[in-house]
Amino acid sequence: MSIEAPEGTHTDLDSAERVHRRDGSAVLRVSEAEAFELAGDPDNPDDDERMILNMGPSHPSTHGVLRLMLEMEGETVLRTKPVIGYLHTGMEKTGENLSYLQGPTNVTRMDYAAPLFSELAFSLATEKLLGIEVPPRATWIRMLMCELNRVASHLLFQATNGMDLGAVSMMIYGWREREEVLRFFEKVTGLRMNHNYIRPGGVAADLPDGWQDDVRRLLDLIPPRLDEYDTLLTGQPIFRERLQGVGVMTPAEALALSATGPILRSTGYAWDLRRDEPYLAYDQVDFDVLVGTYGDSFDRFAIRLNETRESLRIVEQILDQMPSGDYRTQDKKVTPPPRARIDDSMEALIHHFKIFTEGFHVPEGEVYVAVESPRGELGCYLVSDGGPNPYRMHIRGPSFVNLQTLPHLMEGGLIADAVAVISSVDPIMGEVDR
Amino acid sequence: MTTTVPETSSFGQRVLHPLPDQLFATASDLRDGGFLTAVDVTAVDYLAHPGRTDLPADVSPERFEVVVFLHAHQRRERVRLRVQVPVGDPVVPSLFDLFPGTEAMEREVFDLFGITFDGHPDMTRILLPEEWEGHPLRKDVDTGRIPVQFREAPVQR
Repeated sequence: MSIEAPEGTHTDLDSAERVHRRDGSAVLRVSEAEAFELAGDPDNPDDDERMILNMGPSHPSTHGVLRLMLEMEGETVLRTKPVIGYLHTGMEKTGENLSYLQGPTNVTRMDYAAPLFSELAFSLATEKLLGIEVPPRATWIRMLMCELNRVASHLLFQATNGMDLGAVSMMIYGWREREEVLRFFEKVTGLRMNHNYIRPGGVAADLPDGWQDDVRRLLDLIPPRLDEYDTLLTGQPIFRERLQGVGVMTPAEALALSATGPILRSTGYAWDLRRDEPYLAYDQVDFDVLVGTYGDSFDRFAIRLNETRESLRIVEQILDQMPSGDYRTQDKKVTPPPRARIDDSMEALIHHFKIFTEGFHVPEGEVYVAVESPRGELGCYLVSDGGPNPYRMHIRGPSFVNLQTLPHLMEGGLIADAVAVISSVDPIMGEVDR
Repeated sequence: MTTTVPETSSFGQRVLHPLPDQLFATASDLRDGGFLTAVDVTAVDYLAHPGRTDLPADVSPERFEVVVFLHAHQRRERVRLRVQVPVGDPVVPSLFDLFPGTEAMEREVFDLFGITFDGHPDMTRILLPEEWEGHPLRKDVDTGRIPVQFREAPVQR
């Protein structure tokens, strides 16, 4: 990406100021009552002190129910407090009461724009505790579905980002292309979202007949549309003006704030778990890790747009290399017996009944598994006490952690740019609040 | 390493077991050794699972365990710190000064487990409302028994 940083952006700050910002001075830390005290009197024209402005939780640009407390001086944002928890439903507690086979139904509802990644992290963690191997076809199906999910998620980002910045036609286009991917998902998993498709032991069902044709259709359909987005947005001066130099971050800041995914990569730090800590079969496909230069909102937009192309490149290779075989492990411990066996064998019936009532037991231990979701590192920490339910199930949601960068990205910026910054962080509130 | 901390391995992943007062020094040493990012901070309540076997012999199990995940991107290394925290004194030092990214994670642990992080700039609830009573991820809190608490809603208990 060859773009010039506009003058007067945060890139001009010297390193001392950078460190200062990492100290967290951009974060507003007040309670509701204190915020009320500080809010100022809007009816008093002499009261031109700093004021506290509330944004959200029901604001179209907050992607759900994110609420921000902004400390303002005129139009300039000084400090920010993200207020979250409006979607908190205790999913980690719920996970402790579900069996390992039911687990994916729970975690899939966290990041609802990229549900397959949560299922994948949970399943990989469970399989690691169980010590079972997944057949190659299941691994490649998982990869195919995850990459298409990344495409769908990034298209959703393009849609909402365009909408937030006033490019309303982009919203319609992004949604249109995403729907094509979701239609394929519906054919494979039965559902557009919240699939419960990737499960411990493999996937729920094999790919349907003719899946190659559907995937090829997507591969023919989406790349020209991405070129259209380039014409519509990437080269458009108004769009670039809104994003370039807005919400700038350095690699040191991003690492200190535990940011991952496109936010870390936009700063120029090449880090992608698919390449750097390969899981599934990502070491057998060829793709590039895209990085930005300035760490601004435009870089984050461009990275997501071009990652969509990389994902489609991976999908193309998966199409050629998809192995045949089982779509789930034949380990009798986690996979129920075939339907026909249940009629013949009492043991098979008991086995089937046990798996679906009590669930399978997982050996004692604790494990952490991380995958690269469209938003960054999605981790699953599982603790088992040897029973059929996880003793503790914790999901490290990338949106939750990335949201911490918001105050730092917005500090010193204009209130009008706040919308662009929130959008470029691309938080999914279901995952933030869990 | 200036402190000696028991080390184990779990499924090929490196795990350290510092005491609560060793946590800050251990994390500080690790950060100087290249672990620049605290990927995650979480906790486990071992109330219902007293006889766990994956701790080294010289670490005495306590009810709570704070788990810190550190990551050295450049060396592609991860390390997990498991800190035993007694229920009578659920306080551990905050890692905020070393890793500013732990701010929200430590608040989440405080919110859901009631473990306090000493030195944290804003030790308040993050997911639950400010007035919420109790810490739901503790094992002695049952599901389905917590009345929904909304501000200014009539008390129904």
